[in-house]
Order: sequence, then structure tokens, then C-alpha cells
Amino acid sequence: MAAPNVRTSSFSRNRSVVSSPQTPGLKCGPNGTTFVSTGIRDLDRILGGGYPLGSLVMVMEDPEAPHHMDLLRTFMSQGLVNSQPLLYASPSKDPRGFLGTLPNPGSSKEDKPTAPDPDQGESLRIAWQYRKYMENQKNAIDDYSNDFDMRKPLERQFVAGRPIDCVSLLDSSDLSVAQDHCATFLSKFPRNSSNIASVGRIAIQSFCSPLCEYSDKESDMLSFIRLLKSMLMVSNAVAIVTFPPSMLSPSSSTRLQHMADTLLSIKAIPDGDKDLEKLLTGYKDINGFLNVHKVARINTQVPVILEAQTFSMSLKKRRFLALECLNQAPVDGSSGTSYGTSGSCSGSSSKSGALDF
Amino acid sequence: MDRSVNLLDVALGFGEHQVSDQSPLSGKVVVIEDCVETSGSFVLHQIMKRLLSPPSSSHSLIFLAFARPFSHYDRILRKLGCNLAAQKANNRLVFVDMLMMKCSDGEEDNVSAVAKLFREIQATVRKLRSVTDTNITVMVDDMSLLEISATNSHHVLDFLHYCHTLTSDSNCSLVILNHEDIYLSLERPAYLLQMVCLADVVIKAEPLASGLANDVHGQLTVLNKGISSNSRNKLQNFQFRIKENGIEYFYPGSRT
Repeated sequence: MAAPNVRTSSFSRNRSVVSSPQTPGLKCGPNGTTFVSTGIRDLDRILGGGYPLGSLVMVMEDPEAPHHMDLLRTFMSQGLVNSQPLLYASPSKDPRGFLGTLPNPGSSKEDKPTAPDPDQGESLRIAWQYRKYMENQKNAIDDYSNDFDMRKPLERQFVAGRPIDCVSLLDSSDLSVAQDHCATFLSKFPRNSSNIASVGRIAIQSFCSPLCEYSDKESDMLSFIRLLKSMLMVSNAVAIVTFPPSMLSPSSSTRLQHMADTLLSIKAIPDGDKDLEKLLTGYKDINGFLNVHKVARINTQVPVILEAQTFSMSLKKRRFLALECLNQAPVDGSSGTSYGTSGSCSGSSSKSGALDF
Repeated sequence: MDRSVNLLDVALGFGEHQVSDQSPLSGKVVVIEDCVETSGSFVLHQIMKRLLSPPSSSHSLIFLAFARPFSHYDRILRKLGCNLAAQKANNRLVFVDMLMMKCSDGEEDNVSAVAKLFREIQATVRKLRSVTDTNITVMVDDMSLLEISATNSHHVLDFLHYCHTLTSDSNCSLVILNHEDIYLSLERPAYLLQMVCLADVVIKAEPLASGLANDVHGQLTVLNKGISSNSRNKLQNFQFRIKENGIEYFYPGSRT
């Protein structure tokens, strides 16, 4: 995408910075990127705002943990709540049925009333002139991302009549059908100017599943992802693709990882692991682990170095998905040297074992 | 001038040859290898900037972009102090957008797609040569994506060899980014071995063995097989930190 007018100086006024995008559900990021929410506030925070538009998110599944579905569900729900068109593909007979399992937005702070308490406003009179800013800020956040109640199905109003395209990957012997769907879907969101009219979301579940007929044609799958990535780069959309790396040859799996802009992986937590139980606080509440391998680098060459790469996935109040840095439980001074080093236990080589400290 | 020459430049031979117009890379093949954890694309950006910025006015660059659209490189290079759009207008940068390259329509088309790409490059080289006697560099970002789109790795190997003839025939340089870890699991990674064999300079970007750090983003190993003027600097290893406006290189442990 070349600028029509050639700049002769390396300095140019960036006009798009001043006007924040008017479309709800978008947030300005650095380097001229725009974020959409992942549907999990913690993940938004970890990734520095969300998934940038035009990026390809790959999630490596763990055959023993279904939490990649949670990432898909929140991602899709968030899109529907923000009335963004959606394309969903999965290797099931009835992909539309999955929409019934999407979570509904809810407030994780149920105890407090959602509307600002007038009395509370009175008592904060000192800061009255800031109140409008606070309200603005609050609105902005609510427009952008929600908390999702994983136990409550998404209300019909968000699904009915919305532009949702569901594709079953089982139907065809090759990927051309899925490719056509993606191409027509993405052609609706061309990236031409700074103002973004609408944003699309693509969710592809268990891409390399052995159920699909094309599952033995790795080169087809790779070129599909490459084309998807190329199309994404010139459109205002985000795609999230989950795949089981164990089903692929290692070299193809690495190729897919290279093509990902944002690379996440899911790890199951061993049940009743005594050692781990001793090591981690809140072991009982942890459902699984999320590793962040790569954070999208669009329009920049600087890598994002996270404080930690491994996060625990848990349900707050049994409803709201939360990601937390692993907290090491305090150990006896006699046996351990790593007392109270919370948060910094990033697994640098998370491939070797489930957990590295 | 001295200020802008960093460890990687020295390892590549820039900085000593500035008197003559000849690029230290001309007629050479540079292969950059990286892995999922550490991207090596910043090395491409640096070489791009080095070739296109003022002191070396007699350079042209043919850039085959499989990985990113022009706007991405434009933004990065602008922060490094190099205006790609202007260079494109001056014909010093020929940007070939290969994002949508597709050659999965059967074997016959497949051959022609890769061969066609090479002919395109060859024609561009001739055209650039006819105007002025410039140093031409062909850059590929990245080769693994060409492999995917060509589906048949033999064609990619052929392409590689064709491009290699450019270096000897027309004294072009060839800078290729590829991902090393893709081939690690293969028993006979012919493709990778051929590439390393052809290369005069191999630059390897790896993460630190000790894990991620905020102020050291990884390490580079530069193997200069070419007959360098000072042959003692054949194999070099240093660490780097990537910033928006440049890259800091330093020897391990020498950072203050």
C-alpha cells in the first residue's frame, strides 16, 4: 500500500493520530496500528491492547485441554457484542451450533451497581471537574471490551440477524471453499484510508484437525494460511486460528508459528500434581496455562518483551476468565531459595516442560 | 560516519570500503537465519538502510516482499531515517509485492511462476544496469514463504541457483532471510544446506540461552566466509538490542 503522494522528507505529519477511531470496539495502538479486543481483559492488557488489525493470531492447542475454545469464544462474542461481522470455520458438522456456546457479557463486579452511585458522586465533589473524564474513560472501556460470563449463553439479540458466516471444514476435500469464504469475507473490509468503517473477525477452530480430508496435505494448509495472512495484511480484520501442532510434522508446525503475528499456546495443568500444588498459589483454581510466544510486531521491528510468558487461566467467581502471572507459593526458607519471587517466573523454554521457573 | 558504523556493519565489511564505490557485499550472498523466538528481520532493515542512505549513492535494491506489505517496511525504515517512498520514486528501490503470489495451479504453472519471478528480477537488473553502473542488491523476505507458495522445494532451489548466477554474472549481492528452525527436524535439510553452502556470509539470530531479557534481545553470530581484508574477524558473536531508531550491538558482557 504505497502512499499516493510521495514524501520527500522522512518527516510527515501523521494526521490519523489525532482523531481516535469513531467505530466502537477499536483502540489506537502504537505505530499506526488499531487494536480490537480479545474478549479477555487480562489478555488485552498482556498483549498491550489486544489483537492489532491485520494480524494473524495462531493458538497451539493442547489435546488435553480445551481452553483454546475459550479464547475463540470470547474473541467471537466480543466481536458480536461490538457488532463486528464474523466468519467462523470449524471441523464440525454444524458449525453454527457453536454460536450457542458463546458467553454473554456480564459484569465481573456484580456487587457494585453498574450505574454510578449518585451519593458517591456527591462525596467525590473535590474531583467534580474530573468526573466527565472518568465517565468518558469508562465509556471508552465499555465500548472496547467486556467481561464475559462463561456460564451464560450469548443473548439472541447479539446473534440474530448479524452477519455471521459459518463454514464447516468437513464438507470439502480441499481448502478452496474455506479460502473463498475468507476472501469474500475479507474483501468487505479493505484497508484504504485512515478511517475504519467496519472490522471483521475470523475464527478458525482446529485448523489441521485429522477429521478434515485435507489433513494430509500439509503444503495446502500452509499455503492457505499464507494467503489468509496476506489478505489480512491489507484488510481491517483479525483472524484467530487454532491448530494442534502434534498433528503436523514439526517443520510445518514451525512454519505456521513463523507465519503467526501473535502466537499463543495452551497447556493443560496436570491434575493432582503434588509438586505443582506446593509451588503455585491457587493451584486448585487454575484450569490451564496460556503461553505467549510472540506478540504481533506490525510496523515496528522492536520485539515486545513481556514480564512473563506463562499465565494461568482461571475462572473468577466460576464465571469470568482471568489470566494471571504464576505466583509461586511461599516455600520454607530451608528448602527453597526462590522465596516470594512472584510474577517473574517466565518460562523461557516452555517447550521442554510444562513449566519452567 | 564513524558513529553510524556498528559491529554488524564492521562484520559485513562496511566502514572500511567507504572510499571506493564498491559495496563490500557486491557479488556475495548473505543468508540471515532466525527462529520463532527471535526474528532476524531487523538485520534486513539495517542492510536496507545502509544500502539506501546517502554515503552509498550508487546502490539499488530489488526487494521481494513475501512477508509484509510496503507500508510496514516504509514505517520501519522511516524511523531508521530512510525514506523508502522517495527511494522508490528515484528508482533506487524496486519493491516487488509478492504477498498474493500464488502458484498452486498445477505443476506447469508452478514452474513458470518461479521462473517468471526470476525473469522479472533479471529484467529489472538489466534495466537498472543500463541506466547507471550501480551496485544491485536483491533481497528476499523471506525465503520460507516462497517455498510455501511454490509448493515444490526443487523449484525454490532452482530459483536460488538462478539468483546465485546473478551474483557472479552481474556482480549483484543477494540477501536472503530464512528460518532455520523449520529445517531442524528434517533428516536431510538439503535446502538449508545448499543455502548455507552458497552463502558468503551467514548471520544467525538466536535468543539468549538464559531466556528473555528487556535490554538484550538476542545474539547474532556472523560467519564471514568471504575473503575479508582482515581475515581474523571470520566468526563473530555479539548481542543486540533492537530499538525503533536503530540497533545496539555489543559484545557479551561489555554493556555498561
